[in-house]
Amino acid sequence: MAPIIEVRNLTKQFGKGKERVTAVDSVSFAIEPGETVCLVGESGCGKSTTGRMVAGLLEATSGEVLFEGKNIKQLDSAAFRRYRQTVQIIHQDPYSSLNPTQTISQILTAPLLRHNKVKNRVAAEARALEILEVVDLTPARDVIAKYPHQLSGGQRQRVAVARALTVDPKFIVADEAVSMVDVSIRVSILTMLARLKKEFDVTFLFITHDLALAKYFAWEGRITVMYLGRIVEDGPTQRLINDPRHPYTQALLSAVPEADPELAQHKRQIELRGAEIPSLLALPPGCTFHPRCPYFVPGRCDAAVPALEALDVGGRVACPVRRQERVSLLV
Amino acid sequence: MAKNKLDWQTGDANDGRAPLSLENVHVAYNTRRGKVRAIRGVTLDLHAGESLALIGESGSGKSTLGLAIVRLLPDTAETAPGVITYRRNGREVDVLQLKPGELREFRWSECAMVFQAALNAFNPVLKVWAQALDTAKAHGWHDKDAVRRRLVELLEFVQLDPKRVIDAYPHELSGGMRQRVLIALSLLLNPQILILDEPTTALDIITQRTIIKLLRELKEDQGFTMIFISHDLAIAAELADRVATMYAGRVVELGASDDIFYRPRHPYTLGLIRAVPTVTGGFEQLFSIPGSPPDLVDLPKGCKFHPRCAFATERCKQEEPELEEVGPGHTAACWHWHEVEAELRRNPLHRGALNLTDVIAVDVEVA
Repeated sequence: MAPIIEVRNLTKQFGKGKERVTAVDSVSFAIEPGETVCLVGESGCGKSTTGRMVAGLLEATSGEVLFEGKNIKQLDSAAFRRYRQTVQIIHQDPYSSLNPTQTISQILTAPLLRHNKVKNRVAAEARALEILEVVDLTPARDVIAKYPHQLSGGQRQRVAVARALTVDPKFIVADEAVSMVDVSIRVSILTMLARLKKEFDVTFLFITHDLALAKYFAWEGRITVMYLGRIVEDGPTQRLINDPRHPYTQALLSAVPEADPELAQHKRQIELRGAEIPSLLALPPGCTFHPRCPYFVPGRCDAAVPALEALDVGGRVACPVRRQERVSLLV
Repeated sequence: MAKNKLDWQTGDANDGRAPLSLENVHVAYNTRRGKVRAIRGVTLDLHAGESLALIGESGSGKSTLGLAIVRLLPDTAETAPGVITYRRNGREVDVLQLKPGELREFRWSECAMVFQAALNAFNPVLKVWAQALDTAKAHGWHDKDAVRRRLVELLEFVQLDPKRVIDAYPHELSGGMRQRVLIALSLLLNPQILILDEPTTALDIITQRTIIKLLRELKEDQGFTMIFISHDLAIAAELADRVATMYAGRVVELGASDDIFYRPRHPYTLGLIRAVPTVTGGFEQLFSIPGSPPDLVDLPKGCKFHPRCAFATERCKQEEPELEEVGPGHTAACWHWHEVEAELRRNPLHRGALNLTDVIAVDVEVA
């Protein structure tokens, strides 16, 4: 099957002159219909910028985004409209992503009418009620008359998902979609999103800094790890989580706090050579992880940007020095 | 770096009595909507040298409790009834009764609070050095050289380069460095107790790890008495000796970290643990807790968790349970804790040793 979304050498720079930063640097990946891909990394790694370019909210400086095999910049207006409907994005903050002066009814019926999904207002209202049921906002009749401020954070995020669903998307970019929601409610939203995967064949690009959530949401899918604008490793979730190959992925997984005291005691501690992430304004040459990497080889790691190479255990890794080395995450 | 042994007071001077005891503490905020009952009767002892984690969701009262201990609540807050007893060197005071002068002495030099490393925990126009000097002067310490020596020592302890940091403005530091500076500043006046509110929230994972390591050192090598406030169970699992689960302004379960994580007896604690995945290891099915936390202005009758609880019965809707002993040093406030125990026998938590041997076994096999 052809990928629903593919990006090739996608690059985004912000700012001018000395202030110019490369937030995303030559990122390439392809996502097949029905797949779940998680983009993970720490703040500033370019994961959200990548997601926004995929969703068409941000124009790439160079490189291309392909929707069903075609560059989105070369789509005719009908095809572009279909792309904008098929690919939707859910933002992190359900407090600022919903218009506070509109009722849930207005928030949901506007896109239905705008995109001719329904014939008239009455039909739009009926469809909005159906969608609220899909995202488990019940009783839908009570919810639809409310304003965002009358809902909890978790409920608002469900409204944001409902709004995305009004245009029958097949691809959803979920950018830290549950990060601001309370722990006890997170799982129910993830479960609801997982149901959309199954029932409506929605493909997900799930962006998060939380590796535990990535593992849970994409257990049957893939994880892509970014560091300072570049992909350093990707692969099937089950392999990447328990057998990471890039030193950065290993450091990240060994550092992540675990909600289990015994596991916490037995995690391997990987000592980095430097604690601070370099500034995007002054990126180190070669592999950008080299100033912190415990396996740094002078003259090699700081000389050239390592290319992503395929692994026999699945996925790709951008580290010629350590790609064959397994590191146990537990001691 | 050589580890400095700093000469702060351990709790030994209290004849084994807890340095901090909370007794039936209440906090309510008066708002236009009515009285927000944020803390409704919390009783607990903080033992010398222990680290206690307060966990719970937003609105559970954990941050309010932290603020109440250092008396930083807004004027709209009412703190009666309740007693917060603080002990040091055989002296005993009720924190809630301290007068302004005594209060200033108590804060920072007896009990210091470290806030989330957001920029607004600092005065943005003061350099780190000026910040420290300000604090010292406010507490009657005017020997500039001594303050500087102490600050340098503390910055080294939190593994910062004093030369780089001491004359920096807060905005010139990264999030992780700011959190270290805050921890260093909190230790400036040799407090006996440290309260840390979300100490790693909003920090990157690798930075979080370095802060956790630092806090472990404070705990294990320096024997510090600490309270961690966090919504993140992982922080409790990484750092706490004991854990208190809070819900709707009360402690609903309190016990040793292992008891809470592997043998929880309150349905809410169980719910939280089943809602949070671990990273390393196999797949575990997660479950969310239905419903949402209650409105603190209009609390339900009986057990405040009953509308969300799978174990709830008629009794739970009428009577609010008190903490009762469910194991050695382990208390829970639930009428049905025996049923939670039975449920865990039927559906064990795939955690701890069991989970770990699985992972190690898989690892050895492949290698």
